[in-house]
Amino acid sequence: MSEMNNIIQLTDVRKQYGNDGITTEVLHGIDLTLLQGEFTALIGPSGSGKSTLLNIIGLLEHPTSGVIRVQGRDTGTLPDVELTKLRGRSIGFVFQFHHLIPAFSALENVMMPLMLEDGRPTPAQRERATALLTRVGLADRLDFKPAKLSGGQQQRVAIARALAANPPLILADEPTGNLDTAAADEIFKLLYEVNLESGTTFLIVTHDPRLAHRCRRVVELVDGRIVG
Amino acid sequence: MRIEWLLALRFLKEGRAQTFFMLGGVTMGVGVIVFLTSLITGLQRSIIEKTLGTQAHVVMRPPDDEARRIITPDSTLAVSANVERRAQRLSSILQWQQVMRELEKRPEVTAVSPLVAGPSFAIRGSATKSVALMGIDPEKYTRIVPMPSFLKEGEFRITANDAAIGTDLARELGVTLGDKIRLQTADGRSETITVAGIFDVGIRDLNRRWVFITLRSAQNLLDLVGGVSSIDVTVRDLFKAEVIGEQLARQTGLTAESWMKTNAQLMVGLKSQSASSYMIQFFVIISVAFGITSVLVVSVIQKSREVGILRAMGCSRRRVRHIFLLQGGVVGLVGSLLGSGLGALLVTFFASTAKNPDGTPIFPVVLEPGMFLIAAGVATVTGILAAAAPAVRAAKLDPVVAIRNV
Ligand SMILES: Nc1ncnc2c1ncn2[C@@H]1O[C@H](COP(=O)(O)OP(=O)(O)OP(=O)(O)O)[C@@H](O)[C@H]1O
Ligand SMILES: [Mg+2]
Repeated sequence: MSEMNNIIQLTDVRKQYGNDGITTEVLHGIDLTLLQGEFTALIGPSGSGKSTLLNIIGLLEHPTSGVIRVQGRDTGTLPDVELTKLRGRSIGFVFQFHHLIPAFSALENVMMPLMLEDGRPTPAQRERATALLTRVGLADRLDFKPAKLSGGQQQRVAIARALAANPPLILADEPTGNLDTAAADEIFKLLYEVNLESGTTFLIVTHDPRLAHRCRRVVELVDGRIVG
Repeated sequence: MRIEWLLALRFLKEGRAQTFFMLGGVTMGVGVIVFLTSLITGLQRSIIEKTLGTQAHVVMRPPDDEARRIITPDSTLAVSANVERRAQRLSSILQWQQVMRELEKRPEVTAVSPLVAGPSFAIRGSATKSVALMGIDPEKYTRIVPMPSFLKEGEFRITANDAAIGTDLARELGVTLGDKIRLQTADGRSETITVAGIFDVGIRDLNRRWVFITLRSAQNLLDLVGGVSSIDVTVRDLFKAEVIGEQLARQTGLTAESWMKTNAQLMVGLKSQSASSYMIQFFVIISVAFGITSVLVVSVIQKSREVGILRAMGCSRRRVRHIFLLQGGVVGLVGSLLGSGLGALLVTFFASTAKNPDGTPIFPVVLEPGMFLIAAGVATVTGILAAAAPAVRAAKLDPVVAIRNV
């Protein structure tokens, strides 16, 4: 297997919280590789460290020790500016609570990663964002502010936004946790389809065993260790 | 539009109440500053105008005794005679025509006028009054002191026969236009002139003492043939009079006295007035800045989730900082525009209510574009500086904390 197919490679990643005196280790030496195009569920009991692991993979948090490679590139020595750039280009996020920016319309929210990359809005971004929102079934909601959208619709916007910069990896932390079963199924289906269409790698944290079993790969975390 | 601007403006638009309060603070602050500045500027300007209405900006006089002796060392006789006569004789500027030409060449000088001034008596019948002879070149002198505008009767026609005197002297001597007056000095020289004009410069002492005659007549009467006693100068920027005066003195070897020195008392008054006004403005600016800072600090805390999301999507710390600095700057700029309008309105209203009995405003209001530009600049910079602490704070926000704590 070629190194180039490794989107993410974690080697012996540890994370401790707290400083003077009382430190608790939340992740105890995680080794994990995500390949191009994989669709992986990350499951585990509450407090097992799923969100922590996701944030570390997403370059939002530094591990206490260990190596994280994004597409073969060691991120340990990169300064904050470079990490931010890499994050913008390589990683899309979908969070449990949608996390859209309330002051901006659905369309503008989807354009945001592109505007941040290019420094300003462009017609091309608008086109791409429109296409993505159409893809997630929101062609008629382009100019709606998040407050005027349902939970499921907001999560679709968030997915479209995560796809906007066409990143090789999308991290989703309980993307359906806040939705009813029907809406959760829809969202999950959407993620699955996007994965097939674009070959984007997905790592999805979920509590829902029903959904987890529909993923091609399942990683289980218990007490900060990968058990399966 | 740059993404920083887009985000800054949208955040401002979204935070309606907060933006309103920040803008309100800046508007009122700038309003007070504009009001105060235009009032004080107007007041000071009218005081200065009144004072300088009858004065040159700089008066050039012959150098002191020692300097004069150095100029005429060729004859010991002349020097001893000079010393003997020092007490009575007016000193004269040597080669004054050449000095005048030199002065006129300087770009900051707008007008130059020679003057032969000295004491004399004005005699009419049995009435004798002590007066100040003002020997002038009328065309040059009126460019420094606009005598024709002070004229009550007749015209400002100064010739070998015609002269102009003040209203009070005319009354004391009982003369009207066309009457003759004899001018006689202490050493017995005399000339007779006809009153061609009667003026009122608004200062009684000058109305009582000034008698305008030609340079030549004054030179004859005061025994200064070929010389002048001083050279009046006006300059483009009257507040530079002191500095320019010093330069002119160095260039010509004469002494220079600026209107600021002549009116030192007035200058102290004006300066302390300005100083207290600056102090008020300073504290207004400081409190406006505090207002902006405290509102933005709250806004940063409220926006921490958005900031976290933006950071996760690849927004750099630097950009986050700029977004909040811009908000401060925009509030400062827009507030200063509103405040300028408010201040202008206030001061115009104030001036229209406070009037002299004759209907002229007590406070001549001065609204200058320069003042508004400065207000806008200061308010914008203040807004940006006030936003510095909140902006740094926003840039330091940990995206994880913002994203985890929903
Ligand atoms: N900033 C922090 N400081 C100290 N401890 C933390 C911090 N963040 C997380 N933890 C701890 O780390 C452990 C793992 O937290 P994490 O949020 O990763 O769990 P999780 O698997 O996502 O749980 P859940 O399923 O409830 O979301 C928890 O015990 C939590 O209390
Ligand atoms: Mg979690």
